[in-house]
Amino acid sequence: MVKTRITLFVLAFLLWIFLHWSVDAGHLAGGVLVGIFVSFMTAGLFKKDAGISRKSPSAITSSDFRSSMADYFILSHTVKNMKRYMWFFFYIPVFIWECLKANLEGAWRVAHPSLPIRPGIVKVKTTLKSDTGLTFLANSLTLTPGTMTVDIDRERGFLYVHWVDVKSEDIDKATELLVRRFERILKRIFE
Amino acid sequence: MNEIIAYVFIGTGLVFDFFGCLGLVRFPDIYNRLHSSIKCVTLGTSSILFGLFLYKGFSPAGVKALLCIVFLVLTAPVSAHVLARSAHKSGVKLWEKSVCDKYEEDERVHS
Repeated sequence: MVKTRITLFVLAFLLWIFLHWSVDAGHLAGGVLVGIFVSFMTAGLFKKDAGISRKSPSAITSSDFRSSMADYFILSHTVKNMKRYMWFFFYIPVFIWECLKANLEGAWRVAHPSLPIRPGIVKVKTTLKSDTGLTFLANSLTLTPGTMTVDIDRERGFLYVHWVDVKSEDIDKATELLVRRFERILKRIFE
Repeated sequence: MNEIIAYVFIGTGLVFDFFGCLGLVRFPDIYNRLHSSIKCVTLGTSSILFGLFLYKGFSPAGVKALLCIVFLVLTAPVSAHVLARSAHKSGVKLWEKSVCDKYEEDERVHS
């Protein structure tokens, strides 16, 4: 909880500074006040990621807590997760490229006189488990060529995807065509 | 030089936004319309905002534009997903020429 509050405070404070883009005493004091307010009001919304480890609240001992606090401040945490950050920065250009293709394709479909669409909702599989990973996958699918996530079945690992131009109704084929290229990278970042 | 690049970005953004709105009119059902509005408008608006950033540089307006891009990219797909899901749950039919609807089949099996 303390960890969440500190993270939220830092984020809110940074956002405040960026929004005002001037560093003087008045703005900094306002940022601190707003940061404290926001972190206390919203920290309860951010529970520990349920996808990775499902510990009940009572199972988290005080030593657990202390080690996680130490992890948070010590550099080893950063080094341990360095690979993930690297993959994340690799993911951004891939995503922008796919997004650009999606937009050109979408514009072509819209502008074409005969409206070449074959819409339908298909089902695809995913092996991602964590909340953040699934969210990123669903959002990436929504912003890329002709697909939009309609619903997620977390227990069975299915995504229901609306596809403007259905190339295959088969679950494995559709998974291959839609999910693979993102899942490969997202698995390295979030799992 | 910076200004010219900024104008190019803003122009591209306007073109994409235009196609997005055209899709909103031309596509047959809510799901396809969401496609066109979310995708084209996300990239279109992002590139208009990025053009503004290039034009203004690191000033209050420019940095706000950059932050807007981040929030737009994070929230637009979520809103599209919620609209599509709630439309489907409240019984809005797909276009009659749609190929398949696996979601509805599974809903019927589980309920």
